Amino acid sequence: MDALLDILGLTEAARLLSLSPPGWGMNLLRGLVNSLQIAFGAFGMGLVIGLFGAYGKLYGGPVLRDLLAIYTTVIRAVPELVLILILYYVGTDLINKAATMLGHGRVEISGVVAGIWVLGIVQGAYATEVLRGAIQAVPAGQIEAARVFGMPPFMLMRRVTIPAMMSFAIPGLANLWLIATKDTALLAIVGFNELTLETRQAAASTRAYFTFFLAAGALYLIVTLCSGVVFGRVEKWARRGQPSLREARR
Amino acid sequence: MSSTTSAPGDPAQAGQQDIAIEIEDLHKSFGPLEVLKGVSLSARKGDVVAIIGGSGSGKSTLLRCINFLDTPNWGKISVGGEQIVLRADGTPANRRQIERIRTRLGMVFQAFNLWTHRTLLENVIEVPVHVLKIPKADAIAQARVLLDRVGLGDKTDTFPAYLSGGQQQRSAIARALAVNPEVMLFDEPTSALDPELVGEVLTVIRDLAAEGRTMLLVTHEMKFAREVATHVVYLFEGRIEEQGPPEEVFGNPKSERLKQFLQSIH
Repeated sequence: MDALLDILGLTEAARLLSLSPPGWGMNLLRGLVNSLQIAFGAFGMGLVIGLFGAYGKLYGGPVLRDLLAIYTTVIRAVPELVLILILYYVGTDLINKAATMLGHGRVEISGVVAGIWVLGIVQGAYATEVLRGAIQAVPAGQIEAARVFGMPPFMLMRRVTIPAMMSFAIPGLANLWLIATKDTALLAIVGFNELTLETRQAAASTRAYFTFFLAAGALYLIVTLCSGVVFGRVEKWARRGQPSLREARR
Repeated sequence: MSSTTSAPGDPAQAGQQDIAIEIEDLHKSFGPLEVLKGVSLSARKGDVVAIIGGSGSGKSTLLRCINFLDTPNWGKISVGGEQIVLRADGTPANRRQIERIRTRLGMVFQAFNLWTHRTLLENVIEVPVHVLKIPKADAIAQARVLLDRVGLGDKTDTFPAYLSGGQQQRSAIARALAVNPEVMLFDEPTSALDPELVGEVLTVIRDLAAEGRTMLLVTHEMKFAREVATHVVYLFEGRIEEQGPPEEVFGNPKSERLKQFLQSIH
């Protein structure tokens, strides 16, 4: 193994990336875990916001529809980096002001929680549109068939609309998830120790920029590949009962 | 039919306790377009009422108003003697009452509308298990009997997309029967089918009529209507133009419009 690394000229890189000090591998993995934690949280929060947002846009009253239109338009119009700066600093500032008013001291805001909130709000705007489109793609007859047999609205959503829209929503949601994993890198700007910031610190300390950023790139790629497998399975499940286009052509 | 003296379809004469559905002065507009202009109709238990008419005559809307898929603007509807409570603007006052009444009606659509992400068996047990709260094992046993009965006992685990239109429509009938409805509502059940598949669906409906199920049947199959219906209603531009026993309506139509209509489709 050592000999092989030697031939390839990778001995130095292996030493730098080793999981135990003086290697920086553990720092990178810790950054990756933080990134994934935020991505999961933000994606989940985005789904919840998106579901309410989509239903609100489709079935809500005029005031709710206008509010949601403002939300999705503004969030999708402003660059995410700018949104992160605004939401992070304004958010922490507001919370601190509120805490001071209530007689508490300054509150320490966890980077993970702040990251999840900030990215979750961004994801929610996109998820609203993905899910709205998916719900509208469900044939009206499927919904009518549920209403006609006396299904109450919430059961109808749970038993018919959501399962029926899944196959339309999954490709869009898979995109959103991948964007979420990579948007976590933007949180480096507010000093949160996710993968990109950890990588930069390791690279700056050792001057081995190429090694570390290539390693970080490989980690992002692994996340993407694993996500692809998972979403592939989910999509197959969501499309159960629908003949594939290839089958239909035969 | 339980009585021979009173004319079916006439609300005033039918006995109160054996009334399955009663509609009085039903009005429905879509925007400026008035589709139903005061329709009154009643069916006693065991009646098979065929509703015929040209396209745009309001026959599908009439059926859809009965279970409030379309909300009528005005009128009274009662199912099994229970009148649906409406607000002044015609909207139902109590959502739960509508939901309860809907479970007593079995609707079959022109486009089948089976849930594509569920197998036939899952389609049939969905409402009994989740809406009527019947134990799952009982619902499955009953669903197998029903699917068997419509000739699909070997397709229980198939998804709808893999079946012919006729098979899908027969499963949709099984799904409607699974709620053990007081009245079956058929909205042009064979209009979306290839001609060679119409027969198999009509056979199932004919069997249901023979066992005395109450049915409201919107159809273009005049021969079939004449054969199974106990009462035929001809709608023209949102009003009942002529009604009566099938022999009368088809054999000896009085209204000029009905005569023309019957000629145009033969």
